[in-house]
Amino acid sequence: MTYQTVAAFTQSLSLLIFVSLFIGVVIYAVWPGNQKAFDRASRLPLENDPEPGREPNMHRDTGGRT
Amino acid sequence: MAATKNSEEMSGLSDALAVIGAGLGALIGIYLAVFSADPVMKFHGALLGATAVLCALYVISSMAGKSTTERPFYHDGPIKFASVAAVFWGIAGFVVGAIIAWQLAFPALNFDLPWTSFGRLRPLHTSAVIFAFGGNALIATSFYVAQRTCQARLFGKWSPWFVVIGYNLFIVIAGTGYILGVTQSKEYAEPEWYADLWLTIVWVVYLIVFGGTLLKRKEPHIYVANWFYLSFILTVAMLHIVNNLAVPVSFTGTKSYALFSGVQDAMTQWWYGHNAVGFFLTAGFLGMMYYFIPKRAERPVYSYRLSIVHFWSLIFLYIWAGPHHLHYTALPDWAQTLGMTFSIILWMPSWGGMINGLMTLSGAWDKLRTDPVIRMMVVSVAFYGMSTFEGPLMSIKAVNSLSHYTDWTIGHVHSGALGWVGMISFGALYCLFPWLWNRRGLYSMRLVEWHFWISTIGILLYITAMWVSGILQGLMWRAYDELGFLKYSFVESVDAMHIPYIIRAGGGTLFVIGALMMAYNLWRTARGDEPVDAKNQPRVAAAPEIRATLAPAE
Repeated sequence: MTYQTVAAFTQSLSLLIFVSLFIGVVIYAVWPGNQKAFDRASRLPLENDPEPGREPNMHRDTGGRT
Repeated sequence: MAATKNSEEMSGLSDALAVIGAGLGALIGIYLAVFSADPVMKFHGALLGATAVLCALYVISSMAGKSTTERPFYHDGPIKFASVAAVFWGIAGFVVGAIIAWQLAFPALNFDLPWTSFGRLRPLHTSAVIFAFGGNALIATSFYVAQRTCQARLFGKWSPWFVVIGYNLFIVIAGTGYILGVTQSKEYAEPEWYADLWLTIVWVVYLIVFGGTLLKRKEPHIYVANWFYLSFILTVAMLHIVNNLAVPVSFTGTKSYALFSGVQDAMTQWWYGHNAVGFFLTAGFLGMMYYFIPKRAERPVYSYRLSIVHFWSLIFLYIWAGPHHLHYTALPDWAQTLGMTFSIILWMPSWGGMINGLMTLSGAWDKLRTDPVIRMMVVSVAFYGMSTFEGPLMSIKAVNSLSHYTDWTIGHVHSGALGWVGMISFGALYCLFPWLWNRRGLYSMRLVEWHFWISTIGILLYITAMWVSGILQGLMWRAYDELGFLKYSFVESVDAMHIPYIIRAGGGTLFVIGALMMAYNLWRTARGDEPVDAKNQPRVAAAPEIRATLAPAE
């Protein structure tokens, strides 16, 4: 097994892995079913400050989790 | 009940570990201070020993005065420390930058002393602004953002304190080392092996604290800002360790030799150097952008989907761009072309991110007029767009043959550093101080307005002067006469730089003045002085506890 064979093999393999990973990410990002989750996530910075006299609102709309 | 007992035990264990760790640090420090033959190592050992002893005493005294009053939900002490440190080091770094800018215009200003020579002050300036100012701003905001968006208290009791104090000790060791002539001569990685080892320990604890906070989150989704912060912490750890592989001459001496040599060393260095830009100065501060702009504008980010694509494409691409620092060198041609290609592709995620940041204000553009803090952050994103347009342009080989080794590079770096990193950090600090110190708002919004204009004008003077001098240099160096001889000697190109250098130093000085105004404003805010123009400040400028008591704006 020469350097050339190893290099050709690993380079094609990593190209395949990285490109398919990235395509996977893009599909995840544009998947219509994720819209609701993303909308909620985008509001995270706006909602989670503590308010006077109580603990930070840890229980707001966490999808049933506490 | 069991939970309380458990958490008390954990807290006791944490106290014990903190004291043992500090004791170990004190022993190593004192050993180096006493037995090292190297005067700088003696000094740095003493510094480590003294800091460790003080920390141990503090932990022990806090154990003795154990109060059982309920602690606040969020752990903000280390964040306050790092925010103040960011302001302090910012001023220090900007001042040193202005000094060396004036030195370039008037070389006599180096006073012919080794400690104030350009060669020692320049790394002091770059490390102070990038790692001390930028690093503390990143640590402060990452701890703040992670707690708020995960709805979880910071992981660990003393470890967040270890991160901020240990990191600032590293800064002091590195900075004093440069002035005393200790350097391993790698750009942006100048600290010698022992400082690098110390930073590695601090950084691993930083990763544990940040990752631990994410793991104990109540909120199922990890907000995008945290992804950027996490990639910054992880990648910087990898870059730092690989690029600083070196063999010390002695364990009690400062000198070491790098593991790599020749073109391998150059490639490792610029793989490190460019990704310090990509992951320290870009990914980290994008984390800041994705939290503080939506928070301050009270709008969700323009497109959350775009932010996910932005994140993954940015980190997939950046890591390959380093070779563009080595065009026309001994680096193989294919590697140079690879670096150039990936730099050009980087245009897309950079501009995607810029659009996402700017469009977050859609429907709220009036805030640009009424809130100078928002304006600062938006101008910062605009500078981000500009410098990430300029960077790929300069990475093209043909352009690089003109721009490389000239002041154009310096101008490009500063439009990113002063414009993007500086302004987004100022915006975040203006947000953080009232929020952390529980104030109604900033001491003075008018001063923010002044800071904004003075520093923006300073940046513009700086980068335009550097465009002129850089292109002038590049053209003078490649000019030939009709017989094929170089038309200008090098010193003639130096002479031609004089006026642009004065303008640049003036711009830098304006930037320093703006930062001093900020320091004064933030100091009055933290001290608790009544805001002079509270009615001109948006509701969101107030600390969360106070915000709820204020009438809504509309």
